[in-house]
Amino acid sequence: MTHDPSTFNKHTVIAWLEDKPGVLSRVLSLFRRRNFNIESLAVGHSERPGVSRLTFTVVGDDQMVEQAIKQLDKQINVLKVENVTGKPAVRREMALIRVKVNAQTRPEVMQLVDIYRASIIDVSLDSLVVQAVGDQDRLDSLIELLSNFPVTEMVRTGPIAMTRGRANGANGNGKHARRIAL
Amino acid sequence: MKRTGAQIVWEVLTREGVSTVFGHPGGAILPVYDAMPAYPVRHILARHEQGAGHMADGYARVSGDVGVVTVTSGPAATNLVTALATAMMDSVPIVAITGQVPTTLLGNDAFQETDVTGVTQAVTKHNYLVTNIQDLARILREAFYIARTGRPGPVLVDICKDVLNDETEFVFPEKLDLPGYRPYTGLDMDAVEAAAELINQSHRPVIIAGHGVQMAHAENELRQLAEKAHIPVAMTLLGLGDIPETHPLSLGMCGMHGEARANKAIQESDVLIAVGMRFDDRVTGDLDAFAPNAKIIHIEFDPAEINKNVPVDVAILADAKEALQALLGKVNPARHQNWMAKIEEWNHESQELDILNAEVDELIPPYVMRQLWHVTQGDAIIVTDVGQHQMWEAQYFLHDKPRQLLTSGGLGTMGYALPAAIGAHYASPDETVWAVVGDGGFQMTLQELGVIMQERVPVKIAIINNGFLGMVRQWQELFYEKNYAGTPIQSPDYMLLAQAYGIPARRVTTKEEVVAALEEANSHEGPYLIDFQVKEEVNVYPMVAPGEAIDNLLRRRIVQGPSGLQPAW
Ligand SMILES: Cc1ncc(C[n+]2csc(CCOP(=O)(O)OP(=O)(O)O)c2C)c(N)n1
Ligand SMILES: [Mg+2]
Repeated sequence: MTHDPSTFNKHTVIAWLEDKPGVLSRVLSLFRRRNFNIESLAVGHSERPGVSRLTFTVVGDDQMVEQAIKQLDKQINVLKVENVTGKPAVRREMALIRVKVNAQTRPEVMQLVDIYRASIIDVSLDSLVVQAVGDQDRLDSLIELLSNFPVTEMVRTGPIAMTRGRANGANGNGKHARRIAL
Repeated sequence: MKRTGAQIVWEVLTREGVSTVFGHPGGAILPVYDAMPAYPVRHILARHEQGAGHMADGYARVSGDVGVVTVTSGPAATNLVTALATAMMDSVPIVAITGQVPTTLLGNDAFQETDVTGVTQAVTKHNYLVTNIQDLARILREAFYIARTGRPGPVLVDICKDVLNDETEFVFPEKLDLPGYRPYTGLDMDAVEAAAELINQSHRPVIIAGHGVQMAHAENELRQLAEKAHIPVAMTLLGLGDIPETHPLSLGMCGMHGEARANKAIQESDVLIAVGMRFDDRVTGDLDAFAPNAKIIHIEFDPAEINKNVPVDVAILADAKEALQALLGKVNPARHQNWMAKIEEWNHESQELDILNAEVDELIPPYVMRQLWHVTQGDAIIVTDVGQHQMWEAQYFLHDKPRQLLTSGGLGTMGYALPAAIGAHYASPDETVWAVVGDGGFQMTLQELGVIMQERVPVKIAIINNGFLGMVRQWQELFYEKNYAGTPIQSPDYMLLAQAYGIPARRVTTKEEVVAALEEANSHEGPYLIDFQVKEEVNVYPMVAPGEAIDNLLRRRIVQGPSGLQPAW
């Protein structure tokens, strides 16, 4: 199938994985092998022992994302995969940002941090480390502002997501939709 | 009862029904070999681990059950990779057991250590590294279960040597717990209804049948559906035999070297029913131009194959047998006379352009293939290698039975035929097995003649010796101005080679000798080798150039012959 980049969107997908050796490596090599354009990826514990939860964002058209999800779902150690794009969900990401400051710019930076409800978690004579939590857009705009000072080091976790309302944990049955929605 | 890890391997294997294993020993797997003689299994010593893997593959394709291969660590496991990739692409169930360095040395670049699970990740359905004897029986059980269920495939179990030597109480795990693996989906009757409706309204329906039909043993259901709703059946390379090729509704093979009538029928169809196939590019050609007016129904077991290459209108996610049975009850009896007449026109035209013309005096490979069909009366297992001879076999041998043709379709692995034919023999010792192989591919795995010698495997070998890596030469002729760089290939004297291995053999250089040689080989009790020294520069037609629409066919030239116009061979 030919893919038109102008129809590409960013999709947020959650996958529940058995916490066993090699599982993450299998998932990552699948993304590479199938040429899926992964923008971010965050993995950690879920509410269930032995099950980790992976949130990733992938860029592509609907068919490409459907493929990514099905290929993931096919993995023996993948318990469930869900595309939460377009669903009511909360998405959060954390960033640590080291900003270069001097006596004049320090108050300005602190003010920005305040406005964005971020916090300062480390201070030295010529720099501050800002911790910010929020959705991707919010972090993007804060980082853009801070980069004027400038930013000398930064790390972002990549977004994690949770759908609103009912619990949607590792136990749900997401494997193999019976009929492919067309 | 206490058992060593090595004994547990055999305890589980024999309980899984394994009676034959193909392998090659070495340091890390030695405990498994040491324990072997106490169990009712036969070990076939391959001369190269790739060969052992293809033998297990041939065994699996014929038996319909898991083929088992046991090899040691490091270079042995890496030698196995091609065979695993071959099985993966064609959905063949294999369990590969590899020895690994002791857990204490893992990750230390120890002697003959390779990250085998890492290396084989992309070419196995699943794989395991066993570092604790308590997991061993369960993992082996899971390996068999995963290999043979769902869409089958190879599973590799890499076992550390100290685990093999360790001891524990052996309990056969009756129940498996694989929460992320649920291969059975159950049939969606709404989809079946939707498909039946499309079929009932169609005027130009075509079925494309693939490997999945044979894996599901759904050939009867397929034939019944085709007959009831009057639908012609095109087959993929691995689908040959889904419906008898001599059946009036058979269109033969479709795709890059498919029959013109099959490709044209697909292109002109209004409803296309794809069963157990995955729209490989060798089948579809240019995707944007593929079956432009057809509504597509896809019957497929693997959800990931649906909408992968071709967007479909109705997907039935099920085993082919179950889906076809259900569909059979829903479709109306029909007759499509106009459609069949149209196909017959294409057939007539392609008869003239492509079909073997008996008036050729030279020894051309298609003639050998057609005579092989006559001499065996179509009743043999044919294992082909990769190249021109593979396509000629597909075109000129008429496959009337499923699971009769073994070939590396998805990966196109040269060197497959000889070892896979050996494996096929062990799965069905009473059937005649022919390996049809090019002079290039034969020289990739001919060391397995040693197995034929040692075990007196009665495999018949037809070498189609054209002095070239023929298929590549054909592309050079057609697309690279006959720049035959790297494709001329010399062969050793195959008569001497066969003699060295104690295998009776015959050289055939003229058309007149073909039948007698084939008959002698076919009726001979043991192995037999024939070196067919065929005309060198013959092409496979029809051909769809890569990336072209499948009805855009390159055809054989027509020239003035002794008794009128005839194809130029
Ligand atoms: C392992 C491997 N290497 C290379 C190729 C590429 N290839 C495809 S067909 C072919 C030529 C095969 O030559 P031969 O075995 O003599 O068969 P022929 O085409 O002449 O019948 C080659 C080199 C392949 N398919 N597999
Ligand atoms: Mg050749």
